[in-house]
Amino acid sequence: MLSKKSIIDPDDLSLEDINLILTNADSFLEISGRDVKKVPALRGKTIANLFFEPSTRTRSSFEIAAKRLSADIINFSSPSSSIVKGESIIDTLRTILSMKVDLVIIRHGDSGVVKIVDGIVGVPVINAGDGKHQHPTQALLDLYTIKKRFEKFDGLKVAIVGDFINSRVARSDLTLFEKMGMKVSIVSPAMLLPEDFSKMNVKHCIDDVIEESDIIYMLRMQFERQDRKFYPSIMEYNRFLSLNLDRLIRMKPGSIVMHPGPVNRGIEITDEVMEVGGSLRDKVAIEYQVTYGVAIRMAVIYLILS
Amino acid sequence: MEKAHILGEDEIYRIIRRISHEILEKNKGPENLVFIGLQKRGVPLADRIVENIEEFEGVKVKSGKLDITFYRDDIGSDIKHNARITDISFDIEDKNVILVDDVLYTGRTIRAAMDAIIDFGRPKTIQLVVLIDRGHRELPIRADYVGKNLPTSRDESVEVKLKETDGIDSVIVKGKE
Repeated sequence: MLSKKSIIDPDDLSLEDINLILTNADSFLEISGRDVKKVPALRGKTIANLFFEPSTRTRSSFEIAAKRLSADIINFSSPSSSIVKGESIIDTLRTILSMKVDLVIIRHGDSGVVKIVDGIVGVPVINAGDGKHQHPTQALLDLYTIKKRFEKFDGLKVAIVGDFINSRVARSDLTLFEKMGMKVSIVSPAMLLPEDFSKMNVKHCIDDVIEESDIIYMLRMQFERQDRKFYPSIMEYNRFLSLNLDRLIRMKPGSIVMHPGPVNRGIEITDEVMEVGGSLRDKVAIEYQVTYGVAIRMAVIYLILS
Repeated sequence: MEKAHILGEDEIYRIIRRISHEILEKNKGPENLVFIGLQKRGVPLADRIVENIEEFEGVKVKSGKLDITFYRDDIGSDIKHNARITDISFDIEDKNVILVDDVLYTGRTIRAAMDAIIDFGRPKTIQLVVLIDRGHRELPIRADYVGKNLPTSRDESVEVKLKETDGIDSVIVKGKE
């Protein structure tokens, strides 16, 4: 059993919770490899998948996870208009809850909304990303990807690179990576860094970490959340922060590249790296993250509802 | 509290040898047989039968392991949620599947196991091996090969230990704690 019924923030997860989720994910990964990719574990349970912000990957990942557990899932997507947001959310939730759902999965464009929802609904809630705040299942699937590749966490060197100010993935990853004993470096230009990060050990160029890191974690440039221009030019971004083929080659043996997707090709990661073949192909773990994401979400949903 | 010692190492050894012969006799040889051990103590029992068959017939038949946690019908009640590995890396289509478990009790585990197996394909037959049949069935399920019939009351519990999982071969009946 998990220590809390809802997963809103990575801090809700104890070390035992994390290990329980990662261990269970192995069983669910095996199920996803079968011809019949379905077990009856959650037959009769109903899950609401509420996305108040556009998302294809995370939404479908949760949906597939629920279906492989035989739960019924209803999808509700709505782009949130700015001012009626508060009202529309509560109305929507009332409607959904009247249908007797057992679990609410929710994504919202505003930081903190999911926490408020958790206080209202009376059933477990999973945060599928709230604004610039947190995205705990992404951090869990990132941990699982690292575990599958390295079979340990302690002492691994991770560099998280890019847009921190707009990234919930960065916040959640940072919390869980450090919790598991990994050494995390932050690579970001000052203008893409939130104030509370400024006292940490921050590097400004990916070349400072490329050779020593076991994991290079590239963050997505969150143009959709940038209401002003945060960076002078793509050329400058490329010079200091992008992962290109030259940098990929300089990475140490056994090291990997991760990215939460979708990649802005030519910005965070170049086409050459995305399409690389041969022995370097193995370094790019982005597709594994997606596959493992389904297993992690099955584990989380199962552990909450069983 | 230990009530009675039922089986020891020698008895279990002989039972598994006998059941191995019975399986071969009933299925007219090892062809088309596959074994699936139920986690956790069905797995070493299946392995022992497979070893015996290799010794008797010179053929190594395939064996896998199955965890039925996600097929249980008692979700929400007090069970451990740490699922063990399922590994059935062979085709079971049209095979005679020999399902192996340590204790047959209500039959609900076997019901779940059959559902799980059928998700992997359509076997020709499913046959059931158990070391102990303790009665009290709640479903119309029976074993094809039984090590020992052991009449028990519902208050008692049957504890099977195997070398591979517990360091010792033994079956004991325990009374109400």
